[in-house]
Amino acid sequence: MRSSAMRDLMAITARPEVISLAGGLPDTSTFPPQTFAAQMTRIAQESAAEALQYGPTEGFRETVDCIVEVMGAEGMLPDPDDVIVTTGGQQAIDLLCKTLIDPGDAVICEAPTYPGAIPVFCSYQAETIQIECDAEGMRIGELEETLERLDVEGRRPKFIYSVPTFQNPAGVTMSLERRRRLVEIARSRELLIVEDNPYGLLRFGGEALPPLYQLDGGDFVLYIGTFSKILSPGIRLGWAVAPPPVMEKVVLGKQASDLCTSTLTQYFVREYFAEGRWREYIADLGDIYRSRRDAMIEALNRYFPPQASWSEPEGGLFIWATLPPYIDTSDLLARALREDVAFVPGQAAYVDRRGRNSMRLNFSAGDEDEIREGIRRIGKAIEAQVELYGALTNSASPDPAAAKESDVDSPELPRPGVTEPERDGGDVLPFRKAEGA
Amino acid sequence: MLKGGRSLERGVSLRSGARVEDALERLGHEVLPLEADGEMVKRLAAEQPDVAFVAMHGPGGEDGTAQELLEILGIPFTGPGVAACGRCMDKVQAKHEFRGGVPTPDWFAFNETAFRELGAADALGGLEERLGFPLVVKPSRGGSALGIKFAENWFDVPEALVSAFSYDDRVLLERFVDGRELAVSVLGDEPLPVVEAIPQSGDLYDFEARYEIGRTSFVCPAELSADQTAAVTEAALGAYRALGCAGFSRVDLILADDGPQVLEVNAIPGLTDTSLLPQAAEAAGMTFEQLVEKILDLALAPAGA
Repeated sequence: MRSSAMRDLMAITARPEVISLAGGLPDTSTFPPQTFAAQMTRIAQESAAEALQYGPTEGFRETVDCIVEVMGAEGMLPDPDDVIVTTGGQQAIDLLCKTLIDPGDAVICEAPTYPGAIPVFCSYQAETIQIECDAEGMRIGELEETLERLDVEGRRPKFIYSVPTFQNPAGVTMSLERRRRLVEIARSRELLIVEDNPYGLLRFGGEALPPLYQLDGGDFVLYIGTFSKILSPGIRLGWAVAPPPVMEKVVLGKQASDLCTSTLTQYFVREYFAEGRWREYIADLGDIYRSRRDAMIEALNRYFPPQASWSEPEGGLFIWATLPPYIDTSDLLARALREDVAFVPGQAAYVDRRGRNSMRLNFSAGDEDEIREGIRRIGKAIEAQVELYGALTNSASPDPAAAKESDVDSPELPRPGVTEPERDGGDVLPFRKAEGA
Repeated sequence: MLKGGRSLERGVSLRSGARVEDALERLGHEVLPLEADGEMVKRLAAEQPDVAFVAMHGPGGEDGTAQELLEILGIPFTGPGVAACGRCMDKVQAKHEFRGGVPTPDWFAFNETAFRELGAADALGGLEERLGFPLVVKPSRGGSALGIKFAENWFDVPEALVSAFSYDDRVLLERFVDGRELAVSVLGDEPLPVVEAIPQSGDLYDFEARYEIGRTSFVCPAELSADQTAAVTEAALGAYRALGCAGFSRVDLILADDGPQVLEVNAIPGLTDTSLLPQAAEAAGMTFEQLVEKILDLALAPAGA
């Protein structure tokens, strides 16, 4: 988060009495403690000395084999030599930026984008350019316009960062047609794409789509994966896949950062995969998250005002909700915290002033009752804002009708918090599919 | 050492508290760190400390609530007393106290109930005439940039009010005064050197930037003429006294072309590495330890001294 005011606000969301829909936490209580105990015991008995030792910077070959298996489940066939084990997917983002970005370089990403990527881009002094998303993901037409504009300025973006599947925070998935176009653009312009795919296997509806990496074959697409959402974020294990010239630099960068990723947790993953039940565990998680998503959508329909809209993801952990433009969700969070409930204000997902009337809601961390109660409380806070705004605008301005109606209904108004008019087909996020709106 | 609490400034309070704790230990005091929570009164009663160092910011710790409890328990504490804390925390109340003596920008105040039940929106018509645009909309109680919005014209007002009412049920609408942003910390009854905040962002209305490390630079002592310094210091001391502050506090002002205007008084200003009171003390030749010791001495001095 860039703003310290926001940071202070988020700091108090950690109070125990707060129902937090703010985090991005998978539900680790679903992992059987006996399994965990048995695996750790086996490591202690059979490989204590090795598991407590340093390991290779690239990661153990056995870990890479597990990674190849996970990627294979989504139809990808990476060369094991192109894979490096990292300390979470976050380090993979950091290492790729460290390797590729010089100060002032342009980086393209989605609008909204993963809030945790923004500080990384900023710390390597990239200029972050955000391309609007709609229900089909990044708007490729807008991307092409942006690339043209950069061309005219004699610039090339260092890479295009995308979370194409169950995007954090928007919850949308890029359509197959756009995936093909994006990969085609990268090829024809010889541009790199960084595909960040933490949630691809957490699908609980609709049909799986090929990752960009698979469509491209790994020539122009660098790939980031993680065990965080399919096993545990506490083990801090992720990975990056990149061709040799990039990989050599990534390895050097990792050496400088932390020498190697935790040996102990790599042993844990090796044991866990040896049992061969990892796919079942993900399927179980999918069942749990599906019913939590359903509970959240039901609660949103019930407790959010008619002016609100939201994405309806077929997987992942997040729903993105957008409120009338006069509500700033950072301020709404202050009101919501009085009701002991928290979410992530939309501005965290933007480098500019967009997103101020949106919010990210997590449905994986709490159970259905908590989700319903949390959404009820947020709904109550929104209702208070909507009512107050109504009371203020009925007679407040010299020309109330003209000014205020347009506030609510017309997204053409160029003001902060309002998304741009569409240019690329499809609706601007979020998109309530059920109602075809 | 009282720190934390439930206010939105909890994070700052924990940082202030940690730094003061270190200093107190280096000074050879025995320090008992206490989180402001349900156990606080019980712990205070059991431990009976010689003095309580209050490093809490925002409602609950800086508004007189904690101070009231300390008075009941008979424990001396640092910073202003109950009534002064209440007057500082509530910007509208402070504005009332400033009447007839302390220069402050013109203002209006509204309760949320007034809009919801009494049709106060109709009274907003007087704004343009009385205050003019641009104006600043602030929650009456709140210590950081949160909820402070700028209204350039009519159409910004309702949205700004909705934001400000998220933090408090009373809001202040204040004429925007353009000028240099200054802060005068007062220690005991002595003003410390003036600090000037110079926002790096060109955006005049970006309040968040003003609270951001690296986006605002601070100069202490501020480059002011002797006359300017005298006027600013006099206004600051006037505000400090009008609100009945004691021990220490920080007065925020704008120096406009026609003289200083007091915006607010922070009863318990931040004491972190980047806070303004420690910077001002340093400019006056005091180390952080000396500042902390002085604050303790003032708390233990006989009342009225």
